[in-house]
Amino acid sequence: MLAYSLKRLLLAALVVLTVSGITFIMTNAAIDPAKAIAGANATIEDIEALRRSFGFDRPLVIQYLDWLGNALTGNFGESYRLRTPVAELLLDRLPVTMTLGGCALLFALSLSIPLGVVAALKPNSPVDRLALSLSVLGQALPTFWFALMMIILFGIVLRWLPISGSGSWAHFVMPSIALGYYATPAFMRLTRAGMIEVLASDYIRTARAKGLRPATVLFKHALRNAVIPVVSLAAVQFGFMLGGSVVIETIFALHGVGFLAWESISRSDIPVVQAIVLLISLFYIFLTLLADLLNAYLDPRIRVG
Amino acid sequence: MMKQWATAASAAALALAIAAPDAAAQKSKDTLRIAWEQTVENVDNYYNTNREGILFSRMVWDTLVDRDPKTFKTIPNLATAWKWVDDRTLEMELRQGVKFHNGEEFDADDVVFTLNYISNPENKVINQSNVSWIEKAEKLDKFKVRIITKKPFPAALEFLTIPIVMYPNEYYAKVGPKEMGLKPVGTGPYKATKIVPTKEYTLERWEGHFEGGSKPHAKIKNIVIRTIPEMSTQIAELLAGGLDWIWYVPVDQADRLETVPSLQVVRAETMRVGYIGMDAAGRTPVKALQDVRVRQAIAHAIDRPAIVKNLIGGKSRVLDAPCFPTQFGCDNSVAAKYPYNPAKAKELLAAAGYKDGFEMEFFAYRPRDWSEAILGYLNAVGIKPKLTQMTYFAVRDKNHANATPTYFMDWGSYSINDVSAILPNFFAGSGDDYARDPEVKAWLEAGGSTVDEAVRKENYSKAIKKITEQAYWLPMFTFVTNYGMTKDLNFEAFADELPRYYLYGWK
Repeated sequence: MLAYSLKRLLLAALVVLTVSGITFIMTNAAIDPAKAIAGANATIEDIEALRRSFGFDRPLVIQYLDWLGNALTGNFGESYRLRTPVAELLLDRLPVTMTLGGCALLFALSLSIPLGVVAALKPNSPVDRLALSLSVLGQALPTFWFALMMIILFGIVLRWLPISGSGSWAHFVMPSIALGYYATPAFMRLTRAGMIEVLASDYIRTARAKGLRPATVLFKHALRNAVIPVVSLAAVQFGFMLGGSVVIETIFALHGVGFLAWESISRSDIPVVQAIVLLISLFYIFLTLLADLLNAYLDPRIRVG
Repeated sequence: MMKQWATAASAAALALAIAAPDAAAQKSKDTLRIAWEQTVENVDNYYNTNREGILFSRMVWDTLVDRDPKTFKTIPNLATAWKWVDDRTLEMELRQGVKFHNGEEFDADDVVFTLNYISNPENKVINQSNVSWIEKAEKLDKFKVRIITKKPFPAALEFLTIPIVMYPNEYYAKVGPKEMGLKPVGTGPYKATKIVPTKEYTLERWEGHFEGGSKPHAKIKNIVIRTIPEMSTQIAELLAGGLDWIWYVPVDQADRLETVPSLQVVRAETMRVGYIGMDAAGRTPVKALQDVRVRQAIAHAIDRPAIVKNLIGGKSRVLDAPCFPTQFGCDNSVAAKYPYNPAKAKELLAAAGYKDGFEMEFFAYRPRDWSEAILGYLNAVGIKPKLTQMTYFAVRDKNHANATPTYFMDWGSYSINDVSAILPNFFAGSGDDYARDPEVKAWLEAGGSTVDEAVRKENYSKAIKKITEQAYWLPMFTFVTNYGMTKDLNFEAFADELPRYYLYGWK
């Protein structure tokens, strides 16, 4: 188990290294940072002066190694725009994004699991079709448009919810629904498939034969087994939500990591973009690693093979 | 894609909102709630590059001299009198009895410190061109200073009206740019009470603001500014009563906002000038453009009044001279005029040997319908342009890399009311110069290196005459900014695109 864990850890570290390298090259290739810092109306002399003072005239490899060396000690440099340590910025913005991601996940699960159960009870019935349509709609609707439609209804017409900002719990309702709705089809289908399989299994028949109430059979015996794959999917989806919050945070002016990413990309604040990409990929890698190790722990065949 | 959805959604929002109940503005709380699309990274005046940074700066700090927003005349502010002692030396008398928000007294030490600090390249002020003309500042007595420029710099006073504000020397020396960005201290009509960088800025009227300067005592007590990047969200907030004032509203949205009873829309011309640049210098492989007749044909082919009327709207004007009409030296009388005349355009093309037209690339970053309108007119006379629509920085990079035979771009002159803030950028040999005309360059340098107004005017007129006769540029039109706000607000827009929040009050 130890050898396996070490192998996995090493692999994860290599992935992190690759991601950081690719991000560094791509961000530097996409836009000239000196021009972006100088602003729209700067002269060529301004730009050249900035290039020298920030060290952008050095070879890219040197700049990367420099950055990597610092990153290993937890120093992601300073934001060009804000002149604040990047790590400080991320720590400041992370709670909003985590709250949003958590609420979105909670919404997605509380919508998709009941839908999946209902659908599984009578597969291919109109109820199943309706449940499926409802959840697939979440994936089919552009998140951006769906968010704006909610703003119109709940923000302008009914005036139930605040439209932008992150001052109270109410500010998170619309963004969480917008972000979470997109993830419902995957959860719903997994729950439905799991439930159909479990409901057809022998132990459920036994449970029914024992005369247990249908609700007890459904929730205590069937669902508990059927949702296990949903839980591991949820971990991966959580990573997706942290990354996918860029659009949602921008629309609702929630100042989280996604909004920071948008601001930093549009102003070519390379150190921040690099750190955010690294952070989000670290989340993915960590969650995948966790799943791998957990699977290996549960199933010895994996670590031997 | 996102923009199209946004447009559709906000159209729907507006349709519904008209039926929704009116939201009361924050009139009762005496708080003006504003949204800006752009984030101001650091509100320290010298460490951000956006216009919103200037708006903030004007509320919290003061400049030595100021601009009358209507006549554009230079008026006293922290300096009460000034004179050029020689070509490079400007002497200024300072106002007495002015206090900073922290109680520090304003005097010559603050001016000398600020100017010497920002002009020192080691301090990495971002907009170097705003400060690089300063050689040094010297104290003559407690309320008298002398500013020495590196070379004769006639636009010095213009730079002292907007971009250069005065800092309290003791405080700034102690805290530096980062802390100044969090706890700004100035002499302006508002003091910052809470700064959450890039998110929210809260200001409160400063009761100790000095009398007699360019800014009156502020009318509205509190101002809350939030960053909301999405225009659709801003419009939704305005409709729902969560905001009182927004700007840069797209034309189509402004038309709809106007129909909402609780709101008003103001459309105002700005100093920003749009133009079509043409490669007369042969920096690209498109040979045809080196022929003056071809460039004149392009100028005659485009119906600029129709574009202004149908796509820009508001108070936008068609331009003949390559500058904003109020700018010093912007002599419209000498500019060659190119009325819409497709027949003449075809004649000129035929005379130049391009009867069947020619192919070229056309670059733009502003709304696509503007580019398409221009292209439509060029197609009609036989020119076959290929449109490349990119972001601002991408077009500018191509422009500097000799890759843009023709392009639609624009220039805001940093709101400086002098042609030295526009013409030398494009016709004095920089990367943006696609004319490379030594004569024009010499005239612009002559106009920019003396404080003698007559000499300056003469040289700039010569330059404008040749630039337009040679059709190096086709000046297109002035830009318009649309402001959306509650009906309760007394608002006035100015051509320099700098809303002065301290002037506005409730109806």
